[in-house]
Amino acid sequence: MTATHNPSGDSSESLDDTPNDEPSSSTSDGGRRRRYSLLTDTDRRVLTTMVGIPTFLHVTLIWVPAVITILLSFTNWNGFRFDNMKWVGTRNYRQLFTVFEKDLYEALLNNFWVLLFLFLIATPLGILIAYILDKNLQGTAIYQSVFYFPVVLSLAVVGFIWKSVIYSPRQGVLNVLLDRTAEGDQISWLGNSDQIIPIGEYGLTQNFLAIIAPMIWRHVGYIMVLYLAGLKSVDPSLKEAAAIDGSSEWQAFKNIVFPSLKPVNVVILVITVIEALRVFDIIDVLNNPISTDVLSILVTESILGESSNVGRGSAYGVMLLLLCFGFVIWYLRSTFRENDTA
Amino acid sequence: MTHSYPTPSAWNDDVQRRSVLKGAAAGGLVVAGGGILSACGGGGDFSGEIGNASGTLNIGSNASDDAPKAGLKAVVDAFPNSDVDVVINTLDHNTYQENITTILQAQDDDVLAWFAGFRNKFFADQGLVGDISDVWDNIDGLGEGFKAASTASDGNQYFVPTSFYTWAVNYNKNVFSENGWSEPTNKDELLSLAEDMMSAGITPFAFANDGKWPIMGTFDALNLRINGYDYHVDLMGGNESWTDDRTRAVFSTWADLLPFHQEGANGRTWQEAAIDMEEGRVGMYLLGTFAASALTDASVMDFFNFPELDSSIGAAALDAPIDGFQMVASPTNEGAAKEMLLHMSTPAAQDAYLGADPSVVASNSGANTSVYNDLQKKSSELASAATGISQFLDRDTIPDFASAAGDMFAEFIENPGDVDTLLSDLEEKKVAIFADFNETN
Amino acid sequence: MITRRRNQVLAQAFLFILAFIWLLPIVGMVISAFRPYAETSVDPNGFFSWPETLTLDNFRNAWERGNMPRHWFVTFIVVIPAVVLVLFFSSMVAFAVSRYSWKFNIALLMLFTAGNLLPPQAIIQPLFQIYNRIPVPEFPIFSESGELRGSLLGLILIHVAFQSGFCTFVLSNYMKTLPKELNEAAMVDGASLWRQYWQIVMPLTRPALGALATLEFAWIYNDYFWAVVLVQKGRDLPITSSLRNLSGEFFTDDNLVAAGSLIVVLPTIIIYLALRKQFISGLAVGASKG
Repeated sequence: MTATHNPSGDSSESLDDTPNDEPSSSTSDGGRRRRYSLLTDTDRRVLTTMVGIPTFLHVTLIWVPAVITILLSFTNWNGFRFDNMKWVGTRNYRQLFTVFEKDLYEALLNNFWVLLFLFLIATPLGILIAYILDKNLQGTAIYQSVFYFPVVLSLAVVGFIWKSVIYSPRQGVLNVLLDRTAEGDQISWLGNSDQIIPIGEYGLTQNFLAIIAPMIWRHVGYIMVLYLAGLKSVDPSLKEAAAIDGSSEWQAFKNIVFPSLKPVNVVILVITVIEALRVFDIIDVLNNPISTDVLSILVTESILGESSNVGRGSAYGVMLLLLCFGFVIWYLRSTFRENDTA
Repeated sequence: MTHSYPTPSAWNDDVQRRSVLKGAAAGGLVVAGGGILSACGGGGDFSGEIGNASGTLNIGSNASDDAPKAGLKAVVDAFPNSDVDVVINTLDHNTYQENITTILQAQDDDVLAWFAGFRNKFFADQGLVGDISDVWDNIDGLGEGFKAASTASDGNQYFVPTSFYTWAVNYNKNVFSENGWSEPTNKDELLSLAEDMMSAGITPFAFANDGKWPIMGTFDALNLRINGYDYHVDLMGGNESWTDDRTRAVFSTWADLLPFHQEGANGRTWQEAAIDMEEGRVGMYLLGTFAASALTDASVMDFFNFPELDSSIGAAALDAPIDGFQMVASPTNEGAAKEMLLHMSTPAAQDAYLGADPSVVASNSGANTSVYNDLQKKSSELASAATGISQFLDRDTIPDFASAAGDMFAEFIENPGDVDTLLSDLEEKKVAIFADFNETN
Repeated sequence: MITRRRNQVLAQAFLFILAFIWLLPIVGMVISAFRPYAETSVDPNGFFSWPETLTLDNFRNAWERGNMPRHWFVTFIVVIPAVVLVLFFSSMVAFAVSRYSWKFNIALLMLFTAGNLLPPQAIIQPLFQIYNRIPVPEFPIFSESGELRGSLLGLILIHVAFQSGFCTFVLSNYMKTLPKELNEAAMVDGASLWRQYWQIVMPLTRPALGALATLEFAWIYNDYFWAVVLVQKGRDLPITSSLRNLSGEFFTDDNLVAAGSLIVVLPTIIIYLALRKQFISGLAVGASKG
């Protein structure tokens, strides 16, 4: 069973002449030459085309603008005429850390909170739901639809749901349940920036926590969908074997199912980090209340809109890029290290 | 470019001296309707008359609400040149405003809805909107103030103002009469009214700041009353300091008034606050006259000018944002675009508009004021009595700075004690933002 | 056995409570969609109170005011090609980088993986300038503006380019788990590279493709950003972005927006329920061959 299904995706364990390897693999050089020669000329042309077209599109529309953004972060430009663009060196960056430092640190910290809460609450919850639903429980279609609903619901209405239905000071379900709807006695869920966890001048504010709630509400659905698909690919006999063993549900999950889903685990780890770093939509539709800035909000505020400050917005964007690359490098290094030690 | 970009204040000074909206109510000549009669055969150049153009005309509109949308349609239906095929492209107001730079660069539409004054002038100086001085040569019934609000740095006109509305203190007439309250006209009356309301268990001022723009109106009103119009204009133009004692005075008055305001404004939408006012939980609401649109029964609403706080300054300045249309720099159908803009300036077009959307006031002095409802009449009177008209904070200064100021106001109402730090941070941002702005414009 | 049953009951209870919490916001929204603004805005008990009026007016207005048939048409013109293309392109790249070892495969995987981390807001300015300068032959519906900007083709391309990062990453992870012997056997058989991709690897990737198709459909269908910046013309906006037109300059009738959103969410839920079956059949294929 384990021979035909190699869930770890671990290439170094594979047979010597199998196609995939990593540069760190010591035998790779000789192997690669031999393997490559297995491809005919036609195959090689086909392979080039298969890779070339998508890559060209991706590079032209994503990476070229990204590189231009990096260049723009060293300019002062209002987004209209190129002859008005001024090269200002590192001025935008210096300003980020002097004039706009409060916005920047607040945003960085808020991005961190999102990552923390998605990682500690939303993602595990999504996995747990998927794991339970995978057992073909009664009503699984209904449950799946319920948890998936927030994922597909248009953002146009997500703002209304949370701003009004849940958090409205006079009419929201929270204040109605707590009987705090009287004028002067209302709890301002989205407007109270008191710190729950203070970190110096900054910290986790109450209203940012109120904004993380709908993020969790949406994120659980993503994770559930991806994990369900992953669980379907786990060999059923593995799960049965665990059950017969008499090992507890938790042990079966921890020792057998979870490790066998390494590729999916990596995917949801990456998706969680992406969501946390790129987080924008929910905050935007809730109208970005006080003390709820994140990096992508700062980027958008500066870049879109009239008489935009493209230079400063791009500098914020580069901060975001650096965080993302930091993660990618960490991720790639850890994958390679595992391959080395395996 | 040899000229440096004139700050918003330069424009506003200009407007103020000519008293923007006076013309609107002062009565003027009704534009001659001869356009329809004029012969065809004109070339590409604008002849000053409606009827020569043909082809398709694209209008970019931000009127997604039912009433303004119907209003614009009525304006287009009243366009006397049936050879022109008009297409209206509507985007909702916020999206449109966020994307105006790309919309202008795309140049898909010939005529675009926009704001008068600084926001139009900025695009004109960037070469993104077209010179329509020849349209203005044929415009009647728009006062000098409106013309100034449509003129860019080069002295040419780039905008046709069609309507405006005012910011004032709204209240529920029934609540006032039940309690025997009357409209305050000075600081003492305002404060004693507020105390009365408190003792009646009613919060004096509704307060909401979802979106971080509504309370800019409160800042505008206080600054106009405490420091006067000229100082306000200079502050918006970046020429006065936010750490100046005069600016601090605004915030200390604001801090004194905060206990009279609803708590938790940052987590409330203006629509909710307006309902609080309608239902009598709150006494007054300083907001634009659009407040009526959120009420379940708009007829209960009335408003008064924000009262005088300092008798040496008076109470004759207010926010009255002007809306209208501009033409892109290289329109596909310039002839039709100019004819449409001329048409939009006429009483006929504005009457058609107001017939569908009675929440605003016409710019043309020839428009039919006899159909105005009480609120429109009051708005019109307020504006024509004003010695200084500002356009609202987010239209009077660099957008980038407006959003920094909006953040600061939101923080201030929560932590009024931090005002010194908040103001010095804002001043620091102002310097950086205006330096960036002046460098590229 | 007893513990198993107890576990099942616990699981049911846990799911039920959680689902209830998850549904609560949605229920409030759904009730509002059937009530007029004038009623919910003043109701002291908020959005969960007993309705006095139940009406379909909001749905009717949203349908008409939102010009929904037109926007739905535009949506499917954009979403279906975009989802098909993004899965097709990504699976090819994933196949190449996960099944074959060649000079650039790690670099390429990095490029796509990192590409899916880029925030759209950070690249929109340059992208708009690029789109504004690429001429496209005019073609009905897909490209009527003469440039990539303002054309539905341009919208499809950015969705494909942007989403291919994520899909390539996910698919290459799945494909790595497929037994390597498949390729070897196929090579010995003399199967061409294309046949290995299309007839051997792709069918085994069906569960992942199904999950991705579901997510990608939802993401592209729900796009709230690219369309407004790159298409701009109100009438050419896909349905989700066109919902913006239901809000006004100042006043927004949230009950109307709620009704509009409910109409708009239906296809994604239906697609999900349909493709859910696909996962299971995908599993069957995988199990029989694996």
